[in-house]
Amino acid sequence: MNQTAERADFDLIASWVQPGERVLDLGCSDGSLLKRLIEERGAQGYGVELEDSEVLAAIGNGINVIQGNLEQGLAGFDDGTFDHVVLSRTLQTVRHTERILREMLRVGREAVVSFPNFAYWENRLAVMGGRMPVSEDLPYEWFDTPNLRFFTLLDFESLCNSLGLVIRERQVLDEAGRLVLEEPNFLGSLAVYRLGR
Amino acid sequence: MRLFLDLEMSGIGIVSAQRAHFTQPLKLKGGSVLPAFELVYETYGTLNAAKSNAILVCHALSGNHHLAGHTADNPANIGWWDNIIGPGRPLDTDRFFVVGVNNLGGCHGSTGPASTNPATDKPWGADFPVVTVEDWVESQARLADQLGIDAWAAVMGGSLGGMQALQWSLSFPERIRHALVIAAAPKLSAENIAFNEVARQAILTDPDFHGGHFYEHGVLPLRGLRLARMLGHITYLSDNQMAEKFGRRLRPGAGSYGFDVEFEIESYLRYQGDKFAGVFDANTYLRMTRALDYFDPALDFEDDLARALARARAKFLIVAFSTDWRFSPARSRELVHAMVHNGQAVAYAEIDSVHGHDSFLMDEPHYHAIIDTYLKRATP
Repeated sequence: MNQTAERADFDLIASWVQPGERVLDLGCSDGSLLKRLIEERGAQGYGVELEDSEVLAAIGNGINVIQGNLEQGLAGFDDGTFDHVVLSRTLQTVRHTERILREMLRVGREAVVSFPNFAYWENRLAVMGGRMPVSEDLPYEWFDTPNLRFFTLLDFESLCNSLGLVIRERQVLDEAGRLVLEEPNFLGSLAVYRLGR
Repeated sequence: MRLFLDLEMSGIGIVSAQRAHFTQPLKLKGGSVLPAFELVYETYGTLNAAKSNAILVCHALSGNHHLAGHTADNPANIGWWDNIIGPGRPLDTDRFFVVGVNNLGGCHGSTGPASTNPATDKPWGADFPVVTVEDWVESQARLADQLGIDAWAAVMGGSLGGMQALQWSLSFPERIRHALVIAAAPKLSAENIAFNEVARQAILTDPDFHGGHFYEHGVLPLRGLRLARMLGHITYLSDNQMAEKFGRRLRPGAGSYGFDVEFEIESYLRYQGDKFAGVFDANTYLRMTRALDYFDPALDFEDDLARALARARAKFLIVAFSTDWRFSPARSRELVHAMVHNGQAVAYAEIDSVHGHDSFLMDEPHYHAIIDTYLKRATP
């Protein structure tokens, strides 16, 4: 994954977290984002991660990591425990899309969701050329991708609408991690949303 | 050659037990008072000048103070958790001072049912009080006082030992920096208590038990203890592991259509039962299982586990094993979620393992890496 783009994603999320707020990072990997939110923003963080190697790395980073499978929902986490529930570059790998979005806003006041935009112009070009896209934000081949869902900004917003989720803020980044201000569904490679109820 | 191999397997080398005397009476949760008591313990590594690098390892039902290394008289008498303790191992004795203690009521040297009751000059037997997890923690705190340890860097244990680590965080929030609670639960389920009750009935109904005063009769309730241990072993293994290890395999010469040992699993259980009955005390077994049954920190908090745990100040590592059905991962997650609710520091690892409840004793690389990595951050 591109370091610049990754930082840009995290930059936005970090700017939305206030000191002392409680954050749950779903699919937290080695806990890099949480580490940053704790160190730079004084947040109180927990992460959920399935992979053994990532759980081990997160423990090495001193993160409150909880090993578990997002497909089983967030059972056990109490309603309204968190200020922000983050799902960074992970929604496209989740089978139970609607359930995880509802669960995020059950346990948290705000859901922060980032995902690769399948309608990014380079992705469109790849498909026009007859091939599945491989890019900074969609870095896998079709045969080894963990991604299950391929969707666009418009698709996601339409789902939010039908689930009654309120979009509080949307930021869109290009492959270099720069903010995209115009034609986001065409020029944006990665989208970051803040959702509420 | 055999000797050499054993020495090589044990990272600690020769160890010897020590004995601590306590003359201040100990008031037990059940209401009785022990006027004085002794605890037998072993230590590994060196206590640093600040006395800040001590780790207490609590034992489970059948364990004792002999965690690691081997005794001078018997190179085969290797401690029960040797694979995790020693130079360069997860409980690294180059960094930490590790303490193992035989619990009160035990049968490996600490004051217990086979000790002499000062009031009668005879063995306590049935009159030895029922001790609880809270009582053990209280007695272990007295040992910490004697060793000059104000606060443990960590308290760690598996199963019933994990419950003690948890209780430490509640009884003495300021005296424990990390609690490693492995293959444990916040309390037993009805099914758990049911298994314990069958084990106890096996002992209590053995004619050689004599109401707990068998010492005076010069006999041991071996049959009852053996049955209790056989039942226990069934619950410590996973179904898959039992199928894989024994399956329906027959013993050589089987096929007698009788009731002698026919299947390998029967042979295994009988061997484990006999081995245990020869070395363990029936009165201790009764008390260890009762301590498990009674443990329920949420009881005084209207079953609200989060409220019960709220006073803990320690950081927690909770570990569970996929095939452990005696203390399943779901039970560990109850602890985790209560701690998250409270905003307490907790990490949780769920280890894929075929060994059922016994997994916590196994030398599984990922499991040991989790403990190792966690403790590396727990700087003394």
